[in-house]
This record gives sequence, C-alpha cells and structure tokens, in this order.
Amino acid sequence: MATSKGFLTDTSLCIGCKACEVACKQWNQLPMDGVEWLGTSYDNTHSLGATTWRHVTFAELPGSGGAGAQTNWLMMSDVCKHCTHAGCLEACPTGAIMRTEFDTVVIQQDVCNGCGYCVPSCPFGVVELDVAHGPAPTLAGAGHDGKAHKCTLCYDRLQDGLEPACAKACPTDSIIFGDQDDLWAHAEKRVAELQGKGLNAYHYGDEQVGGTEGVGRLGASFILLDEPHKYNLPEHPILPQDHTFPGLATMAAAAVGLAGAIAWALMGSEE
Amino acid sequence: MPGLGARLGRGGATTAENDLGNADCIVIMGSNMAENHPVCFRYVVKAREQGARIIHIDPRFSRTSALADHYVRIRPGSDIVFLGALINYVIGNETYFKEYVQAYTNATTLIDPAFQDTEDLDGLFSGYMPEEHRYNAETWQYRGTTRQGPVMHRQFSSMSYSQRLGGIEGSWPPPSDPTMQDPHCVFQIIKRHYARYTAEMVEEVCGVPREEFLAVARAISENSGRERTTAWCYAVGWTQHTTGPQVIGACALLQLLMGNIGRPGGGILALRGHASIQGSTDIPTLYDILPGYLAMPNTFDRHETLQEYLETETPTTGYWHNLPTYMVSLLKAYYGDRATAENDYCYDLLPKLSADYSTFPMFLAARDGLIKGMFVMGQNPAVGNMDSGLMREALGKLDWLVVRDLFEIESAGFWKDSPEVRSGAVKTEDIKTEVFLMPAAIVAEKDGTFTNTQRLIQWHDATVRPPGDATTEPWFIYHLGRRLREMYAGDDSPAARQLLSLDWEYPLDEEGEPVVEAILKEINGYTVADRKQLPGFAACKDDGSTACGCWIYSGVYPEEGRNLARSRVSDAGYSLGWGFAWPANRRILYNRASADPEGRPWSERKKLIWWDAEQGRWVGNDVPDFPVDKAPGTPADPNGKGLAAQSGADPFIMTADGRGWLFTPSGMRDGPLPTHYEPLESPAGNPLYQQATNPLAKYWPRRENRLARHGDPNYPYAVTTYRLTEHHTAGGMSRWVPWLAELQPTFFAEISPRLAAEIGVKNGDWVIVSSPRNEIEARALVTERMQPQRVGKRTVETVGLPYHWGYSGIVKGDAANDLVPLVGDPNVSIEEAKAFTCNVRKGRLERKP
Repeated sequence: MATSKGFLTDTSLCIGCKACEVACKQWNQLPMDGVEWLGTSYDNTHSLGATTWRHVTFAELPGSGGAGAQTNWLMMSDVCKHCTHAGCLEACPTGAIMRTEFDTVVIQQDVCNGCGYCVPSCPFGVVELDVAHGPAPTLAGAGHDGKAHKCTLCYDRLQDGLEPACAKACPTDSIIFGDQDDLWAHAEKRVAELQGKGLNAYHYGDEQVGGTEGVGRLGASFILLDEPHKYNLPEHPILPQDHTFPGLATMAAAAVGLAGAIAWALMGSEE
Repeated sequence: MPGLGARLGRGGATTAENDLGNADCIVIMGSNMAENHPVCFRYVVKAREQGARIIHIDPRFSRTSALADHYVRIRPGSDIVFLGALINYVIGNETYFKEYVQAYTNATTLIDPAFQDTEDLDGLFSGYMPEEHRYNAETWQYRGTTRQGPVMHRQFSSMSYSQRLGGIEGSWPPPSDPTMQDPHCVFQIIKRHYARYTAEMVEEVCGVPREEFLAVARAISENSGRERTTAWCYAVGWTQHTTGPQVIGACALLQLLMGNIGRPGGGILALRGHASIQGSTDIPTLYDILPGYLAMPNTFDRHETLQEYLETETPTTGYWHNLPTYMVSLLKAYYGDRATAENDYCYDLLPKLSADYSTFPMFLAARDGLIKGMFVMGQNPAVGNMDSGLMREALGKLDWLVVRDLFEIESAGFWKDSPEVRSGAVKTEDIKTEVFLMPAAIVAEKDGTFTNTQRLIQWHDATVRPPGDATTEPWFIYHLGRRLREMYAGDDSPAARQLLSLDWEYPLDEEGEPVVEAILKEINGYTVADRKQLPGFAACKDDGSTACGCWIYSGVYPEEGRNLARSRVSDAGYSLGWGFAWPANRRILYNRASADPEGRPWSERKKLIWWDAEQGRWVGNDVPDFPVDKAPGTPADPNGKGLAAQSGADPFIMTADGRGWLFTPSGMRDGPLPTHYEPLESPAGNPLYQQATNPLAKYWPRRENRLARHGDPNYPYAVTTYRLTEHHTAGGMSRWVPWLAELQPTFFAEISPRLAAEIGVKNGDWVIVSSPRNEIEARALVTERMQPQRVGKRTVETVGLPYHWGYSGIVKGDAANDLVPLVGDPNVSIEEAKAFTCNVRKGRLERKP
C-alpha cells in the first residue's frame, strides 16, 4: 500500500498567480466556467466547482486608510480537502466515491449516477454536479455530463509517480505535495517559524488545533494567517450526520410539545 | 538599454535571478515582479525566507507589495527624486562604500571646469542648444580629453555602445583626485547635483512620508558594504518614462556608490517583459543596432566606407577596441564568400539610416502614406502600441499588411471591428488595406532559443509539428528570402544585390524547415577555411578568416556537436552548466569588483572571484569577467590600446577607462546625471527646476496626439498602465485561451474608494476614462489598494489601467493604450505609458455591439 499523500498549501508564500488553477484545468482538460467579471478583487472564477478544482481566493482586508497605510491582501489556493471522514464519500449511494491507495478521495466518473447526494454532504462546498450553467464549454471531452466532479489529487499522475499538476506549477512552493507525515512535520515547523515573526499563523486541517470537528485530519491542509472565514473556509466544518442529533432532538421536543398541546386541548374540551 | 549600458558597459542585467538568494536586501521598484515575473519571484521569496528584507516601491499596492516586508507608495513619474534622495542620503551620511567608489568608479575623475550643472542652469546642463533640441556635450568630458567620434551631434537617436562608452582621447589616464575633494571631481559634482534631493523633497514630490523614505535609506545603508549586499529589480515601470533610461541610470549610480555591482546578492536585475526580449536586443529587431550592439551604419556619421565606419566606431581604449573583428566577422556571416577584403566585405550593401526609424515615426509615416506595406510579427500594434487609435488609422492607410499570429488579432481585424468602425467614425469600405493573415507556430512547435532576463541562452525543441498551415518564423523568413532571391535572379540593381549577395544557404529538413541549430552555429561563429566552430569571441578576426553572427553569443556552440544552450546541469551555486549566459558564460557581470584592488574578496561572506597568485589567474565561483591572467597589480599602459590601457584593478572593461561611470561624459543624450523632470503630462509641477520636463523629450505634434498641460483641471488624475499575471502583454497569446481568458475577463480601471466617492461610482460600475487622445470605457474596480497621495499642496489620485484587452478574442475590452500619448525619451524613444493624466466619469460610450 502506498503511503498517505496530500497537499499543504502555505498561504504565506502564495503570490496569487493562479498557475495552480490553470495547470489543473490543463492537465484535467476542464473547460472554462464563463467570462463574467465579478469585481471581487482579482478573483473571477468565484469558487471551487465541477470545472474548477483549484481556486485562488483573494481577500482585501480593510486597511487603516491614509498615506502609507497598507492593505492586507490575502491570497489562498483552495482545493478539495480529501478529508479523513469525507462527507461526500459517506453520502455516495453508488460507491462511485472511493478512497484510493494514496488515502485520497476520488469520484469514479463511470460509476457516478449524478444523484448529487455528495454535494450538500461536503462541509466545504467543494463537490458540484456538472450541469449547464453559463456558456457552453469550449474544450472537448469534458463538461455538462450531470455527474459530480472535484479534485482527484491528480490520481492519474500519482499512479505514474508524478506530483499533482498544481503543485508542480506553483512557482513559490506555496503548494507542497507529499507524504502526510512529512507535510504535518513541515507544517508544525513552518507555523512556529511564522509565529516567531509575529504572524498569526496556524495549521488549518489539524484536528489538534480544532476547527475540523467530525471530518478529522484534512488530506489537503492549509497554513493560514487570519481567521478561516476570511478565506471562505468554515470555522467548524460539520458532517451532515452530525446535524442529525440536534435534528432528532428537535423532532423529539416537537413530539413532546405536540402531545402536550393535544393533551391540553383534549383536557380543555373536557372542561 | 543605455540606462545600464552607459554607466556599467553592457545593456543587460548585471546579475541572475538565482543570485537574489544571496541578497541581504532586495528593492523592487518600477516592477510588479510577483505578478509579471512569478517564476523569478521564487528567488525573492527564497531570499525573504532566509531573512532578506524585501522592499516594494510602487504607485499601486500589487501582489508584489503583499509579499514585501515594506511597501512604499510613490507617485508615478517621481522616481528620480526618490533615487536621487537616496544618493544624497548615502553621501551625506557617508554610508556609501568608499574604497569601492574610489577604486572602481570615475568618482575621482576631474571633469572639464566649464561644465555647468542643472543646479547652475535651473534644470539644464551646459551645452544646451534649444534651436536644435539637443546638447553639445563638449563640457561634460574628462578634463584634458576630447571625444573621438561623434558627440551626440544630432537629434537622431542612434548611438552605439562603442560610441557611448569609448572614444576618450587625450593624456592617459585622465586626471583625477583620489581624495575626491576637488570641486570638479565627479564625486563633488554629484554631491552638489543631488543636494536638494532631500527627504522633505521626496515628501513634496513623490508623496512619500519622510519617515518611510528614511526607512528605505537606512535599509540599503545597513545592507551594503563589505559584508552585505542589496539587489535592485526593475522592469518597464522604470523604463516607460520620458526619463526612463535616466531612472535606470540613477539606480546604477546608487548601486555603484553602495559597492553593489559585480558582487553576490547585489546588482541590478533588469526584468525583461516577456520571453527572449533580451534576445531581441542582442540580435536586434531594433532599427539602429546590428547584432552584438554594433552600430547600424548611418548617413550622419563617418560611415561611408568600412574603413571610415571602423575608424569612427572603434575606441582606442577599453574592450570595444576589438570592434573591427566583430564587424568584419558579422559581414562574413551575412555575405559569405561574396564578402572579400577587396569589396570591403560587402559593407556598402548594408542600408544606411537617414532618419529616426523607431516604431512611432514608422507608423506616422504609414499614416501619412509614405510606407505602403508592413509585416506585423509577434506584435499587436492596433491595441498594443501607444495612442493605438492612431496606430489603427496608420494600418488602414497601408496598401498591404501581413500579420503572422496565432489568432486573428486586432491588427489583422481592425478594418471590421475596431472601436472607430463600431462607433461609425470609420467605414470598413473606406479602408483599402489588403490584409494577409498567416497562421504562426507557437513555441512548443518550433526549435529555437530563449535569451531571457539573465542573458541566459536556453534551447528548446519542437515537441509537435505546427497544425494546418501554421509555420515557424525560420520557415517563413527563409522561404520568403529564397523566393525573393529567385524573383530577383539576374537583376544587378543595388536593391537586388542586397538580396542576392546574402549567404542564404541553410540545411533544410524533410519538410523544408530550416535546421535551427545551424543558425545557432552561425551565430556562434566559425573559421571560414575549415568551418570549425569558434571557441569564443576572442577568436574573431578582422581579416575575413572568421564569420560570426553575433559576437557576444560566441562560445554558445564552441565545437561541433556541443550546443551549450542545450546543457542542463544545475548546482547549488551559479549553475554554470545550465544553458549559456552571454558573454562567455559569465553569470555576474563585472565580477572583478567582487574582490578588492589587490584581488582579495571584500569579505569571506561575499566572495565570488579572486586572484590566485600561485596559479597566476583569477579563480572562484563564476567565470571571471576580466582577462583571466591579468594580475591585480598590472599597471595601465599610458600608450596602450584596448584593455592594456586599463590596470589590473579596473573592473568595468567595456568603458574606456575601466571604471563604473557615476557621471557619463557620453552615452546619455539628455545629460550626464539623472535629473528629475516631470512626465510630459502630470497633475503636479516640478518644484526643483524651472525646466519642468525633459528638454530633449520626443514629441510628435499631431491633432490625434494632443497633450494635457501640467495641472490641467480637465485631466486631473495621474494614470499608469500595467499588466496582470493572467494575461500576456496586449493579450494576443492569452485572450484567446479559455483558461486564461476566464481569469481576467474584461478591462477594468482600479481606483481608490475616495476617488470613487468623488465621481459617484460604486465597485463594478462602468466608467469612461479619457485623455486628450481618446476615450475608453472600463469597469471600475474600487479598491483600498489604490490610495490618493499628498503631493505638495494638492491631493493626487492615481488611476490604474491594465492594458491587456482589445476588440477581438474570447474576452474583450477597451485598450488602455488608446489613451497613451505618442512621446519618447531621447535615448531609446521609449514611450511614457507609466505616467500621464486622465479624467474618469461614470457612464458608457455609445457604440454598436
């Protein structure tokens, strides 16, 4: 069995060049999403989706204004987290979503029936069904098949002993690919180094640090410099099944209440 | 690139990207390096991680600023004030590297006492001749010397490197004051010239608070000297001004004062705009130089015969003394066996320049009907050139136009969907130009080389054949030449002789494709008698026995079967086995200066090459940029020629005296010292001098090329144009690529929240941006990354315009270049796209879709 593989995306090194986004689309032959200008800083592809498996987020945090004030401009390359407890995989009724020998989570396109259960089951909003929206894709061989798509962590490249296309293209090594144990050791060292420089750095995806709750350790984790929501990441990613307990409790409470009301009504009628 | 060339000797980056990892401080100014050179920027990030301080000075807070330790916002067009104030600071606080300056620069040299500075003449140097729009540089000379050859005696801008750097005649070596106290020595002249460039002046002109300026001044002071080095990186943010080469020269001057040239982690990295732009000046697509920076013959200088040309161009002292061997070898490469000593090696067949044939005059000539036909290859002037509406008008006056490109770019389709056609101002049926659009091969489809920023020649192989009718440039040029030669066969007119005399024989492969490696072998050079490859340019001869297509590249293919451009051996040092860097595979230019005059490294930490007395040669981690066996103690021979006239402690071998030139007695047409002039269009005035703008700036008066006056209330905002990571220059290679098109799908204008409020615009609204040349529309990107600046008594807003779009492609948008004035600097005719003025208002333009 191969060792667990994953990504560590170190946002302190990201220059927002989007080489990862383009390299991903090229290797995986994904079509462009559309050509709408969004006016959200330098981001015009909006979010991860069926045809965008790497997405660079730009967050312009307000500066103090006036001469010499510096804007804090965060950049982060987002990707499927390849969770230890993957909501998509657990929700998939056909077995199309599998855990590979590299400990990554991959959708088998020939098995997927497009039911879409995986979509709301992902606490990060990563998985999307490829249904027509926006202009038709311009590259042959992909798109609009109605099935679920997301990052495969370049399963095909891994099988050939190559690193994923995004990590290969990253000019500043903001995206590192490797064995999970090595990435974790590196992250620990790196976070300490950044904290030593006075930065508010932490490792998002490490269950010890909190924040990943039921999904466990993230196969693709991040070194962040600000709160998760600034990067459009959930503070507390929650799996659907973890919603079920409060749901059941509410149902139970409702049942009790209803019974009470009925009893009261019945009693009242007796009066 | 005279900005570097006229002070240091060569028009190229003095260092290489991977050397940035050795820097203690990196200043990026006039460049958005992270966005436009992301792969180079890897080494900046590496340096930062090793503890180097990264400073970014720019009008816009960009992706580069986000990664820097310190960002300084500067008003567009005020760079020389900032750099001049740094020069003033390091002299005043004595933080410059005194021993280096005394030994290796012309700081000690005495200048003609008749020289008058801009301080004396309120913005002019002595020798200004207003009626001729030029300087007579007689008084700028070293005391007791005269110029051999031309001294900038015409408006015509062509000036070769041998002219810029050589040609000092008189008692040798020139008189000097080693104590640098004489009021006429260069050091004292510089001290006076920049005395008013203070932190307060920076605040007033650049809009930079003085504390921020002082923080930069302290950083470069603390990170220069024996033990530490600072590197500077720049790109077209410095170049594209009517003072562009002088801005770059100010940096060269500063780096010489700080002792940062020729040393590890120092230098000036001239970041080139795109692939092989360095190569396109080495083997030029420029009109006024021949390969290897030799002068293109002209009708103004003594260039009538080869003898006259060589006498005019060859200086007595310095490395350029070898010029005849390069020129004759070039003629042998051009004309082969037809070039003989008897016929001056066919020198008479070279065209002689009779006017300014730079890009803008050429297009204006087309506009006026003087040029009838044009080839456009690797360019998109219809949206990529300045004042591009005027460029489109010029294209529409041609009889014929050949466009070779990957897609139907705007320059090919201007006659049907330009903004003028869509607004109804021009009718398609009135445009008579016959356009031939020919498909071109892309880089992966052709063999060839790149010469990028670090002067590194790297080979690439074709991986696939071009699709359909697409062809490579070698194929197109070779077969065009072959067919023309066939058409002219038997004709003995002078024009036909120019074609028929060329040595146009190249081996072809089975599909008729010229073998590109054969071209590289010719560029390297060979001995004529036995076609043996030359080992390097030192082997070039002036007797017709060698041929060499570009002397500075010689050594890239030193023997049969050995293409060093193909070599890919890397190591933790300078990777001398990776590709081939011109000249002679030297990675850090002027690296003799990394050792002290006695040949010992200035410090162990910053050692690069040093003199090994036992071996009697220079050794170290790079190829010495110096005669390898010339001992440090070798005296200069007062009667010597070439390098014999320089001592063993003169590191800048290309200049006449072997020194780095703080003061340029020749080489810069608009003055020996960088001086602050406002851009031709500016929201502010010039508090330093009565002469507010560059007196030699080029301007082509046309109805379509009006300028706004300084402080014009109709055009109150500063504007600067630039590129984004996501697109390639004017978009010809990116707007048709879906994966790139979607990343930045339309033209936008970046404005500050304050300006947005002032004109009633919200983020995403349409705005009309206007200049006296044109009006265009854009989406407003309101961002705190743009901020107004306090400049003197006024508040200056800067508008940012990326220039990638046009009216064709998957994604479209107006061309920012429609707004830019047609003006040029006097040295290289570079445009002023980085600082001009505009107005912005809410709304859209009326046009057919």
